[in-house]
Amino acid sequence: MFRFSNLTYKQQRRIIIILFLIIPLTLLFTFSFLPMINMFYYSFLKWNGFSKRQTFVGFDNYIKIFTNPEYFSVFKVSLYYFAASFVQLGLALYFATVLNFNIKAKGFFKGVLFFPSLMNGVAIGFVFLYFFRPEGTLDSLLSFLGTGHWIRLWLQDIKLINVSLAATSIWTYMGFNFIVFLGSIQSISGDIYEAADIDGANRWQQFKYIIWPSIRRIIELNLILAVKGSISVFDIPYIMTGGSNGSKTFVIQTVDTAFKYGKFGLASAMAVVLLLIIVIATIIQKKFFKEKEA
Amino acid sequence: MKKIFPLILILLLLTSVFAGCGSKDDKDTESSGNQTVQDTSDNKDSNEDDNTNEEAPIKGDITVLTNRTDIVDTVFEEYKKAFNNLYPEVKVSFEAITDYAGQVKIRMNTEDYGDVLLIPNDVPVQDLPDFFEPLGTQEALSKDYLFTEEKAYDGTVYGIPVVVNAQGILYNKKVFEQAGVSTLPKTPEEFLDAMRKIKDNTEAIPYYTNYAAGWTMNQWEPHRTSVAGDSDYVNSMIHMDDPFGPDKPHYQVYRLLYDLVKEGLVETDPMTTDWELSKQWIADGKIGAMVLGSWAIVQAQELAANPDDIGYMPFPYTNDDGKIYAASGGDYKIGINKNSKNKEAAKAWLDWFINESGFAIDQGGISPVIGVEFPTTLSAYQELGVELISNNPPSAEEQGLLDQVDQEAEIGFWQPDYKQRIIEAALGNRSESFDDIMNDLNKKWAKARTEIIK
Repeated sequence: MFRFSNLTYKQQRRIIIILFLIIPLTLLFTFSFLPMINMFYYSFLKWNGFSKRQTFVGFDNYIKIFTNPEYFSVFKVSLYYFAASFVQLGLALYFATVLNFNIKAKGFFKGVLFFPSLMNGVAIGFVFLYFFRPEGTLDSLLSFLGTGHWIRLWLQDIKLINVSLAATSIWTYMGFNFIVFLGSIQSISGDIYEAADIDGANRWQQFKYIIWPSIRRIIELNLILAVKGSISVFDIPYIMTGGSNGSKTFVIQTVDTAFKYGKFGLASAMAVVLLLIIVIATIIQKKFFKEKEA
Repeated sequence: MKKIFPLILILLLLTSVFAGCGSKDDKDTESSGNQTVQDTSDNKDSNEDDNTNEEAPIKGDITVLTNRTDIVDTVFEEYKKAFNNLYPEVKVSFEAITDYAGQVKIRMNTEDYGDVLLIPNDVPVQDLPDFFEPLGTQEALSKDYLFTEEKAYDGTVYGIPVVVNAQGILYNKKVFEQAGVSTLPKTPEEFLDAMRKIKDNTEAIPYYTNYAAGWTMNQWEPHRTSVAGDSDYVNSMIHMDDPFGPDKPHYQVYRLLYDLVKEGLVETDPMTTDWELSKQWIADGKIGAMVLGSWAIVQAQELAANPDDIGYMPFPYTNDDGKIYAASGGDYKIGINKNSKNKEAAKAWLDWFINESGFAIDQGGISPVIGVEFPTTLSAYQELGVELISNNPPSAEEQGLLDQVDQEAEIGFWQPDYKQRIIEAALGNRSESFDDIMNDLNKKWAKARTEIIK
């Protein structure tokens, strides 16, 4: 008779590990790796996404991307979001530090700051469309405060549109950074602060010598996520402007190429290029942090 | 050996599980394949039956895809009841999709895209036979229905329009009256004049661009045919190097848009326009005019306190022969999924929907059935002596070429991009002039044309 308990401990362990891993790995493979392998394959095709006719064109799509400056000029827009990501991290770190110390209505403020992260990107897009429209929320607020002369056409002014959109993105994603920072700051033992208090360290010194070094790893992680985010911005500009009026990002361009102009092959190649850019950016960042540590 | 045994056992178990799935799938597809073959043979049989004996009942479940999320639970339910009176054994279910074209195109990669559906407009005609059931020959069907050629390939029709639209401009009669515009403008200059009067004499926004919604900008595109006044114009475009040149219809059409924006005859901030709101505003007299197809008339009238305030006029361009032409064409074409398991029931619904449901008239459009009367909403056209004009089908060897060049060039006749670009330039947000944009489009066109047509 075959019995599971007759097997040795090692064998049992092995079977259980395999059984437990099989479901997540199958899911990961089917929904992440398989589509990605397909994407690599599509990037060598000329195909409109549904036709039964596909032609293999080799590296033509890649050549097209790298020889046509139009495809790359949209990365300028990413710079706005890149700059915004530093503001976002700075604010998140500031709020996390402040809320770590004992202040009144701490829970309430935490809730308020984290709330936008719970909201769906589409909803945020619509909320801010009303916020920025002429005589919308922002304009009313400015007139109410007696600063009506600051009113601009927030989404029409070519100098302001990306700033407005990047500000929306700060509002949306700051809460997530904030919670991660707060979590890691709170894991620092209270004894250390007490000791610092006794030594006469002020709040700034506590931040500089206790908090900052303890959460460096987390800052690094958040920075990588922020850079990745700013290269691949999509939801907010796509919903609010559809990429019109100079707010087109690389991902919006990819989506347009695939679904507006029926060039699935070219769009897949663009997605592969984006993936490579992000990988390279991450490696550079990793190197940069390593050298500093040494 | 003992150690390896359980591992092998597990692997065997797993492979048998997966293999089981696989073989089951195979059987499924095989059987469904058989079924469709049987179905078609059934079809033939019952068709023959139909000729001799009309009582052969049609039965089966069908799914109908529609883009009308607004009326799927109301008007369509009524249609279903009426249809079931005739065909009690057909079970109809609807699936309304908001982003219709986008989602259906992706679903067409599978076999599951409903039984009866609207054919997404950007499926190239040469791909139609791969996805849709032939409905009949072009020769036979064109005697009974309008615009069957728009979704036909090699003389076979794959879709019939659910409604036929005339193109023109939706306007509010009261606003025009208040502004002191007594006659309808017949040239772009007259139209600009009318808009200036609205700006000076009323509170209303003269022209509303609907820039943000995007697809609304495409309502300008059919007027290339209105301005050309030539049914073969669109077909002739693939023989041109500069379809956007100053003497060409596109230039005339979009020059009007550019001038409207340039002179500030539009809303303050086009970037935050709201389509749903714009319908209410034109109904309330807060907007003077919008370029939209005739399908929009009924939607605006429903919102208006006095439906008679809503008027419809042709695109303001008088041709050299002194006539005003208005482009017309089929809306979405309705077709049958090639992989449908109940083609007979699907065909019954399609025939009933086009011939009996009264959908086209309910929507204020022109019925695709030849011989049905014009709707009252287009009365202004008859008064002005406007001639409706439609695009001729391309010749057999040129089928689909226009779409191919358009996509290769990334111009997008049916995409909002270059229309939005024109508005951005008119606002001063781009460093290019109207002529720069037209030249750039010409350049892209010429390049793509040499690549596609060798």
